[in-house]
Amino acid sequence: MSYRQARYDVELIQKMGDKGDVILPLPEDDEIPSELRRTSLDIPNLRENEVVRHYTNLSQMNFGIDNGFYPLGSCTMKYNPKYADILSSLPTVTDIHPCQDEEGVQGSLQLMYELEKSLAAISGMDAISLQPAAGAHGEFTGMLIIKAYHEGLGELRKEVIVPDTAHGTNPASAAMAGFEVVEIPSNEDGRVDLSALEAAISPRTAALMLTNPNTLGIFEKDIVKMAEIVHDAGGLLYYDGANLNAVMGRTNPGVMGFDVMHFNLHKTFATPHGGGGPGAGPVGVKAFLEPFLPAPRITLKNGTYHLTYDAKSIGKVRSFYGNFAVLVRAYAYILKCGSDGLKKVSDKAVLNSNYLCNKLVPSYDMPFKKLRKHEFVISAKRLKEERDITAMDISKRLLDYGMMAPTVYFPSLVEEALMIEPTETESIETLDQFADIMLSIMAEDPDLVKNSPYNTSVRRVDEVHAARELILSYLRLKRHLGDMQEIEEKHDVANNLMSDDYTGTE
Amino acid sequence: MADNIEIREDLRYTTNDEWVKIENGNIRIGITDHAQQQLTDVVFVELPKLGTIVKRGDVIGQVESVKTVASINAPVNGEVIEVNERLDDLPHLFNESPYDEGWLAVIKMKDSSEYDDLLDADEYRKKLDE
Repeated sequence: MSYRQARYDVELIQKMGDKGDVILPLPEDDEIPSELRRTSLDIPNLRENEVVRHYTNLSQMNFGIDNGFYPLGSCTMKYNPKYADILSSLPTVTDIHPCQDEEGVQGSLQLMYELEKSLAAISGMDAISLQPAAGAHGEFTGMLIIKAYHEGLGELRKEVIVPDTAHGTNPASAAMAGFEVVEIPSNEDGRVDLSALEAAISPRTAALMLTNPNTLGIFEKDIVKMAEIVHDAGGLLYYDGANLNAVMGRTNPGVMGFDVMHFNLHKTFATPHGGGGPGAGPVGVKAFLEPFLPAPRITLKNGTYHLTYDAKSIGKVRSFYGNFAVLVRAYAYILKCGSDGLKKVSDKAVLNSNYLCNKLVPSYDMPFKKLRKHEFVISAKRLKEERDITAMDISKRLLDYGMMAPTVYFPSLVEEALMIEPTETESIETLDQFADIMLSIMAEDPDLVKNSPYNTSVRRVDEVHAARELILSYLRLKRHLGDMQEIEEKHDVANNLMSDDYTGTE
Repeated sequence: MADNIEIREDLRYTTNDEWVKIENGNIRIGITDHAQQQLTDVVFVELPKLGTIVKRGDVIGQVESVKTVASINAPVNGEVIEVNERLDDLPHLFNESPYDEGWLAVIKMKDSSEYDDLLDADEYRKKLDE
C-alpha cells in the first residue's frame, strides 16, 4: 500500500488572522447616506499568500478525478479533458458580458445554437434549452413544461409515476413542481413491472419519469410498450438523462418514445462536476412542447442569431442563458468526439462496466442476473453476514488504496448495495487494480476494515453531526462560533466558581 | 434473520416495518427495531400533521438516515390525533428506543376491525425471515 493523502492542521479561514473583518475604505464625503453604509465586510482580513496557501493545502487534502479512479455509480465521474478547460478560458469566453448586445456576441450565440442542435441530434429530441444549471434543475424545468402542457389542454393531471429504482431527485422534482408522486415496484428482473405501471396509470397521470438504462444498469427493454401505455392514457414520458452515457449512438430517448428529458453535461459530456459550483442540465423536448421551453430561445434568422421570447414559454428558470463556460466545454467535447466518437464512448463505458462486473462476481453477489450497461450494482450482504464487513466499510477501506468509493446503499431495493460505474475513460490496468483491491478487502481482518480509512486526510467523519448541524455560510459559522464561545465562557465561569468554592477564596 | 432484532409479542406489524399498538381504541405507531437497524443513524424526521385524515397506505411521514430515506405509511384508515414532536429535535430516539420513546403518532381508527388485519409478531418474524 503506497497511498498517502496530505494531512495539514488547517484552521478554518474565518478563524485565521487576528485583524477581524475586511474594513471598507469608503471616502467620508461620499454621497451614500450613512444608514446605507457598511464599514466592514464579512470576510476575514488576510494576506493574499495566506489565502493561497490555505486553499492549496486544502486542495491537497481533497480527492478528485485528477487524483485517481472514481467509480461513483450513477454520477459518471469521467475524466474531464484539459482541452475543454483551455477553450473555456479563452478571452472570448471569459471577457464577455451577458448584457452585451446580440450583435456583439454572435459567436457565443452561434456556439449555444450549435450545441442545442448537437444535443437534439444525440437525443432524438426536437428542441433544446440550455438554461437549467444542473440535472435536478433540468428535471424541475421539465416538470414545469409538462404541467404547462396539460394546463394548456385544460386538463387537471396531478400524478407523476416514478419507479422504485429512480434517482431520488425524480420524485423530489415532481413534488417541487406540485405533482403527487406515485411509486411503482420493479419486477424480479430489476425492470419496471408493466402490470404495476398499467395499474398506476389513470386520467390523473401527468407523466412517467424514467431513466434508461435504469439505476441497476439494466436496459428497460419494454420501453416502447411503456411509452404506449402512458401515451394512450394521455400522459407524457420524461427521460432522466443521467444514464445517457450508456446508449449514445446506439439508441436515443426520442426513438424510445420520450417527450421531455434533461441532459447532465457534467456526466455524459465530461464537464466538471460542480461540487456545488456551476453545472448545466439542458432540457430537450419533442416539437409539440417547444413553445413551453424556458425563454429566451436562441433563433437564427438571415444569418444572424437572436434571443426571442415565446408567449407560451414557462419563463426564465435561471438568470441569463445558463452557465456559458460549462456549455463551451460540452460543445468542445462533442466536436472533438464526433458522432463516431460518442458512440465509442458509450460502447467503451458499457464494456468497462461489464469487464469489471465479471471480475467481481461471483465473489460478490449480483442481484438480477441480467446484462449490465454502463454501471452495475453488487451486494455485500453475504460479506456482512459472514464477516461483519458492510458496504460502507468496503467503501471506506478503498480510500486507503487511493481509490474513490462506489455509490453505496443505492438503489435501496438492493441490500448492502455497491453501485459501480467505471466510465469509459479508465484503462484495463486501472480496472484490474480496482478489482484486485475489492477482492483483497473481502479477506482482510474485519477490525482493520471497520476502522478504516487510515491513509486519508481525515478518518471516518461524524455523518450524523454533519447532516444535522450543516454549516455552509460564514454568517452561520460566526453565529456558531459565538455560541461556542459563550458556552466556553459560561463553562469557565462555572469552573472558576467551583474552584473558588474549593479553595474558599472570595 | 439476525438474532439481535427485537420483536415485541404484544404489538402488531405491517409489511412496511411499522409497529402498531392498540390503546383505548386508538393506535400508536412507530418503526420496528429491524427498520431502524436497516436505516442506521436517523438524522431527520418529517412528522405527520395533527388532524390529517389518512387512508391505509398513505405516506404520513419520512425518516431520513445517513444512509437512505424511508416513508412511513398509515397502517389503517383514520385521523392523526397525536404526534411525537420530540422527534424533531431528537430523531435518534428512533434508533435508541424504537418501541417506546421513538413512537411516531397516534391514529384514531375509522374502523377498528382493521387492526385485526395487521401481522402479529409471529407473522412479522416470518416475513423478516423470507
